[in-house]
Amino acid sequence: MIAQNLLTLLIALPFLGAIIAATMPRGARNSVALLAGAVFLAMLGLLAGLHPSVTSGEVVATTLKWVPSLGLNLRFRLDGFAWLMLLLVAGIGILVVIYARYYLAATEAASRFHALILAFSGAMSGLLLSGNVIMLVVFWELTSLCSFLLISYWHQKPEARRGARIALTVTAGGGLCLLAAMVMMGHIAGGYELDTVLSAAADIRTHPLYPVILVLTLLAAFTKSAQVPFQFWLPNAMAAPTPVSAYLHSATMVNAGVFLLVRFYPVLGSTDAWFGLVVVTGMATLIFGAVMALVQNDLKGVLAYSTISHLGLITALTGIGSPTAIVAAMFHIVNHAVFKASLFMAMGIVDHETGTRDIRRLSGLRRWMPETTWLAVVASASMAGVPLLNGFLSKEMFFEAAFAWNNGSTLDDLLPYLATLAGAFSVAYSLRLIVEVFFGPPATDLPKFPPHEPPSPMRRPVEILVILCLAIGIFPGPILGTTLQDAAVAVLGSRAPTFDLKVWHGVNMAFIMSVVAMVAGTALFFLFRRRIAGLADASDGAGERGGRTFDTIMWFGLERPAQIITRLFTARGLRQQLVVILIVSLIFAAVVAPGTRWMPVERGFGLDDAVFALMWLVGGACAIGTAWQAKYHRFAALVLLGGVGVMTVLSYAWLSAPDLAVTQLLVELTTTVLLLLGLRWLPKRDEEFPGDRELEARLRRGRDLVLAIAAGAGVAAISYAVMTAPAVPGLGDWFLRNAYSEGGGTNAVNVILVDFRAFDTFGEIVVLAIVALTVFALLRRFRPAPESANPPRAQGGGNQPPLADLIFVPSILMRWMFPVTVLMAVYFFLRGHDLPGGGFAAGVTLAIGLMVQYLATSVRWIEGRITVLPVRWVAFGLNVAALVGIGSWLFRFPFLTAHAQYVTLPVIGPVPAATAMLFDLGVFAVVAGAVTLIVIALAHQSLRVGHPPDRGPEPLAETGGEP
Amino acid sequence: MTFVLACAIGILIGSGIWLVLRPRTFQVICGLSLLSYGVNLFIFGVGRPRVGAPPLLTKGGYVDTAAYADPLPQALVLTAIVIGFATTALFLVVLIASRGTTGTDHVDGQEPGR
Repeated sequence: MIAQNLLTLLIALPFLGAIIAATMPRGARNSVALLAGAVFLAMLGLLAGLHPSVTSGEVVATTLKWVPSLGLNLRFRLDGFAWLMLLLVAGIGILVVIYARYYLAATEAASRFHALILAFSGAMSGLLLSGNVIMLVVFWELTSLCSFLLISYWHQKPEARRGARIALTVTAGGGLCLLAAMVMMGHIAGGYELDTVLSAAADIRTHPLYPVILVLTLLAAFTKSAQVPFQFWLPNAMAAPTPVSAYLHSATMVNAGVFLLVRFYPVLGSTDAWFGLVVVTGMATLIFGAVMALVQNDLKGVLAYSTISHLGLITALTGIGSPTAIVAAMFHIVNHAVFKASLFMAMGIVDHETGTRDIRRLSGLRRWMPETTWLAVVASASMAGVPLLNGFLSKEMFFEAAFAWNNGSTLDDLLPYLATLAGAFSVAYSLRLIVEVFFGPPATDLPKFPPHEPPSPMRRPVEILVILCLAIGIFPGPILGTTLQDAAVAVLGSRAPTFDLKVWHGVNMAFIMSVVAMVAGTALFFLFRRRIAGLADASDGAGERGGRTFDTIMWFGLERPAQIITRLFTARGLRQQLVVILIVSLIFAAVVAPGTRWMPVERGFGLDDAVFALMWLVGGACAIGTAWQAKYHRFAALVLLGGVGVMTVLSYAWLSAPDLAVTQLLVELTTTVLLLLGLRWLPKRDEEFPGDRELEARLRRGRDLVLAIAAGAGVAAISYAVMTAPAVPGLGDWFLRNAYSEGGGTNAVNVILVDFRAFDTFGEIVVLAIVALTVFALLRRFRPAPESANPPRAQGGGNQPPLADLIFVPSILMRWMFPVTVLMAVYFFLRGHDLPGGGFAAGVTLAIGLMVQYLATSVRWIEGRITVLPVRWVAFGLNVAALVGIGSWLFRFPFLTAHAQYVTLPVIGPVPAATAMLFDLGVFAVVAGAVTLIVIALAHQSLRVGHPPDRGPEPLAETGGEP
Repeated sequence: MTFVLACAIGILIGSGIWLVLRPRTFQVICGLSLLSYGVNLFIFGVGRPRVGAPPLLTKGGYVDTAAYADPLPQALVLTAIVIGFATTALFLVVLIASRGTTGTDHVDGQEPGR
């Protein structure tokens, strides 16, 4: 049971860390790095704690109920192979975090970086631990998404955005193939649990759909692990920051494809199709990558192609598929991750300290960076496969597998030669990397001159990895022997070979192949050094060319058809679209209209009705007046709009909806002020538009008038039909019956809002908060049109007395009204549960109180006296509402279950004290904050006028708009 | 009264639609306000509004549902009013920002014929 809990913790930790990191301040690079480091350290600790169970050959599994009613559970399982891979994720993760702390500049968003790194490690862990094949696909795609976001970390660079897009398209496309394959496999196996699928291997291999499943799975693996012909995304992904390249694009994520191959080898492997496809692809990638790595001028380009080549090697090993080959593949995954991560970090140091990654400009860095030089030398020697280093051991095992494998085909005969050829190339590019960059005459043409060693903590991760290269290279058995054995047992079961990791196997065929590759590679580099440089210049940007093919495919396959469809099916202007929508709905209404049963017009027309009709005579006139005047007389239109609002308020009050009347009245006031503030920024409408009296414009108006009348008449008819149809007892009765007995309030409307349907209200206030923040954000960058920049006529133009003098008396009165308004807000709030009022009304009232103060005086006057922090009110309100909701979990009730009772206070007497009141407090704070924020943000725009556009944050920010 | 209310809703919707079809952003924002009055009244109307029966209950005892107006449409309209305010505010800000960046208050962001 303890192991299960540790496993749950292992998968939850990185995601929790990511959420915390994402909320930390942008520049808090020390604390965020500490957090990420702590998470990885904890993961390592958990892995250590789980080690005993894994070594005993047990599969630790845990099932979290997710949607039990649908049979969806999150199942995680840990075996030796996943343990080994997780060790890489957490171990290299911690080193990358240390490295990135010094790699990223102080001005860069460290919190976003680490949040994404943590999210990625969570996704990767999920992928490795998934006990359900569909979940595996979900985490697979999640790693692609994290990779996308991390490649585009420097999103201001076009090549970063492009690289991210290519990587996402390729790897997520592969993920879709994987989904299809998994669905088919699960269907055949009769279940989607990984163990079910693994145990149905025989059924799957003999199923007629096997070739389809195989190809789809291989497509997923090959895209993720950058195998030919999908390799082009990896060089393009090198636009990412180097820690990301070291972590995702060499040590962990790209191994996911190989992981998939090894994981599903027992199910899909051991067939001729598997051998053919996987070995050919792997070998082609191995050689292609090695050759391309030799002719790159970009340091990271060399490493990217070298990574492709090594992934090809691992793929080829899984294709060969003998038990020893599978062990060699696992071993090489570890070795490659260690030496390649260290090389990436070393090259990142070079880039960081010299300002360039161009091999042509770099030379003789040994003089300035002796320690980095030696670290790079050892790591590349491991990459080249020099004895006593870890790279040598697994390469030796590869040679041995290539030589020993026998299925009698031509490929089999060629394999040892191809392997040696690739080995020679990898020796050559490793040599070139070291010789050109660190040796030779000192460079003179460097962007940062003279270069120097990085801060020593930045070198530390590289040192650790290089020591690991040496340690594994010299003592492979004691360090990795049991771990590899566990991993092999996890994948191969009883077929797992007993092997002995030794440095020296005697002079056998593999050793001879190694020696040949060494000699040939060294000769290749030194004899053709100049030719290679020339080829490198010529082939510069080969990754770019792969990207261009990708662009062409995307253009003709996706973008062009999308453009054509858009052009065919959309109208250009807003009005044309609206007209179409309107005409279609009119046609539909006309079609269903004949089925309506019309009730006769009510008999009798009393005094009430006459007054109501008179009221709406005014209201209707106001509405039509608004429509008439809104173009040239905006102020008049606004006044008339207010008239309509007042009639609406009266109707609510008359027709038994006091809550609506109160809220509508308050919102009406705020909206009018808001629109008045907005009028200031609209263009002058002193003269008519030139074309307004032409026939075309008249025709258009005529058409719109017909449409408007038709729509209005139609809606009137529908309303009448609905309102006169006999009432059906509905939900309303239930709410009325239970409002007091269940909700503890006599105002049924308020009880519905804060108790019965509180979750809906919660959604509403979240929307309100989002809108307010959006308004705030939009206005922070707002630049008015030049002609609106001057103060309007009413403010100080001409001979008029200053505005403050004009409104002196009203302003004194309005100041005095503030406490009264606040009191009114409190009153509305407190009575809300039993009488008309409530959080919505109270919130708007408070906002109006503040707004009036702004109108009465000036922004500077008021903000010198009260601190207005609307953003914090919104945050407070949302938190209160959410906490009240979560609070009911403590009592094992669903989210937002309310509890009601009356509490007797001294002097005041019994007061309703439902938890719904607390929720209403949240509503109140959000509404007050959001409305205030919107109005104030708009009012503040006037302060910008007359300032140069580059001025810093305006007073709203100072008063708490932003921390 | 029902007839009057239905006519009122019709006029509000008709004027609103006329304004929404106009080319200037301010006209559209007025039109949307009128439309939201109309739609709110319509939703409210579905509850068969009556005079003098607000859904304010007495404390305890039997609840005669026939004595009160339907509270559900009222609750719906109450949130709709507040959300309507929020969208109006958002639209207003978008329109003045668009006017600042495009230099015109035409709904399509450019003067016709240009």
